[in-house]
Amino acid sequence: MPKLDEIDRTLETESKGKRLISPAVAALVPVVVFAVGVHIYSNELLLTYMAIYIALAQGINIIYGFTGYLPFGYFGFFGVGAYASGLAMLDYNVPPVLAVVIGGVAAALVGALLLPLFRLRGAYFAIGTLAASEAIYAIVSNPSLQSITNGPYGLNLAAYYSSGTAYGTAIALAAIAILAASYVRSSKFGLTLKAIRDDSYSASMSGVNVPRQRFYAWLIAAAIAGMGGSIFGWSTSVFYPQAVFDSSLSVLAIVFALFGGVGTVWGPTVGTVVLYAIYNAIGVSNPQYFQLIYGLVIVLLVLFAPRGLAGLRQIKSRRATTVGAKND
Amino acid sequence: MLEVSRLTSGYGSMQVLWDINLHVKENEIQIVLGANGSGKSTFLKVVMGLLPQWSGELKMNGADITPLTVADRVRGGLGYMSEQGIFPSLSVEENLKLGSLRTQNKSVADQIDHVYQRFPELKERRRATAGGLSGGQRKLVGIGRALIAEPKVLLMDEPSSGLSPRYVSEVIDRLAELRGGITLVIAEQNISFLTIADTVTVIEGGLTRFTGHIDDFTEDESLKEAFFGIAGH
Repeated sequence: MPKLDEIDRTLETESKGKRLISPAVAALVPVVVFAVGVHIYSNELLLTYMAIYIALAQGINIIYGFTGYLPFGYFGFFGVGAYASGLAMLDYNVPPVLAVVIGGVAAALVGALLLPLFRLRGAYFAIGTLAASEAIYAIVSNPSLQSITNGPYGLNLAAYYSSGTAYGTAIALAAIAILAASYVRSSKFGLTLKAIRDDSYSASMSGVNVPRQRFYAWLIAAAIAGMGGSIFGWSTSVFYPQAVFDSSLSVLAIVFALFGGVGTVWGPTVGTVVLYAIYNAIGVSNPQYFQLIYGLVIVLLVLFAPRGLAGLRQIKSRRATTVGAKND
Repeated sequence: MLEVSRLTSGYGSMQVLWDINLHVKENEIQIVLGANGSGKSTFLKVVMGLLPQWSGELKMNGADITPLTVADRVRGGLGYMSEQGIFPSLSVEENLKLGSLRTQNKSVADQIDHVYQRFPELKERRRATAGGLSGGQRKLVGIGRALIAEPKVLLMDEPSSGLSPRYVSEVIDRLAELRGGITLVIAEQNISFLTIADTVTVIEGGLTRFTGHIDDFTEDESLKEAFFGIAGH
């Protein structure tokens, strides 16, 4: 007979410990890996982008993994952040790190403006965010706004370039995004988000303020993308609107998050590291092979691991528990 | 406890409920019986405030609750269990925790313990994902979550939905155990639930065909024929 109480007690004790240790470890491990990694692999810019993508994948994780709303137009916040921080540096001589925060705040404000999109659901919401981001891109890159945004010519932040500080800020952002996802996963706030994902109607009946909780998750995700865009612009020095309002940013962040497993803390981080490494190993020199491998990975993912790598791990641990229970 | 008279409602411009009347006394179990599409689920949603009430009267303890929001109705003692009843990706305990969001007096742990005392099988599976439970256990989670909010009147939308006959009788038995401590209004098409009914309201095509005591219902020949397939003498 399975000793369910005994198993539960064990799981309970484990989860109490995990609740304290897991977020710190989840955030600390990438910090250490990136801090050491740059001395082993010297391409600091690539590692900066990887850290930014980890943050973006965690942002997708928060809004999609925990609430079920998939924002194809997530790149819009990235672009807003890049421009807001860039303009803060150029027009007001704001220190870059503070400008990154400004980029996050600006993206969150735009997120607040886009709140009516939550009247849409499923694919309509995804397409709605895409359209909104394309509209923002059209406004920012409009030649008639050259005096404000420099129109289609982008921004030149070379005067503020500091690769080491940008790298450190990117690592900090990745750690913050992981901690945010970890908080969402283990808190009462996260519980309400997961309830909304399952059944927003019943969640509302249970006393969950559905619009407010969804709004907070949306703002967190937007701010993360905004700060990611800010660091991207800063570390790239010169960027054009199409580079920061690029829909492939959303696609990559979504695929990274899904590959690792949304709704988990480790999944999006591991997914980003694995796929972004493959992307850089073969994608730049042989983009045709990369497309092939990428396509295959996605097909295999859908067929065999719809819940990503984290899903495989969960299945394995569930099997182990079942076998253990049978042996009892 | 709950009085509904001449209630009408619908979706957009399409009228679904034409004339609903019922009266439920305190601690009574009332079954709202009707076939698929008769309007019984719509009726519960209107009572809960999830759908607009077009006209008619809706009173709880003698007070008009028509102007109240869903949250106010819940605070006033109305509870609702949807057909699904649970959040499938959450654990049993997380489901129960969500039920305690609107309660203020007791500690969450005490409230959850109270549900575990009532449904010990849920305690055994408290870490399990609710979606992975058996049909009957899933319903118990839904009932437990609804009970944690300590409603005076619990509206239940088809608790037999998606259950095999074995689990239906299990759910009926567990609901019977609640008798005397809560007022239950159960929308159902499964006549097995009549075994625990004090009163019955029959809705057909958005109209109240019958409302009254269970004995009067079972003595009505035309209803007997319609619901039990038994011809009158």
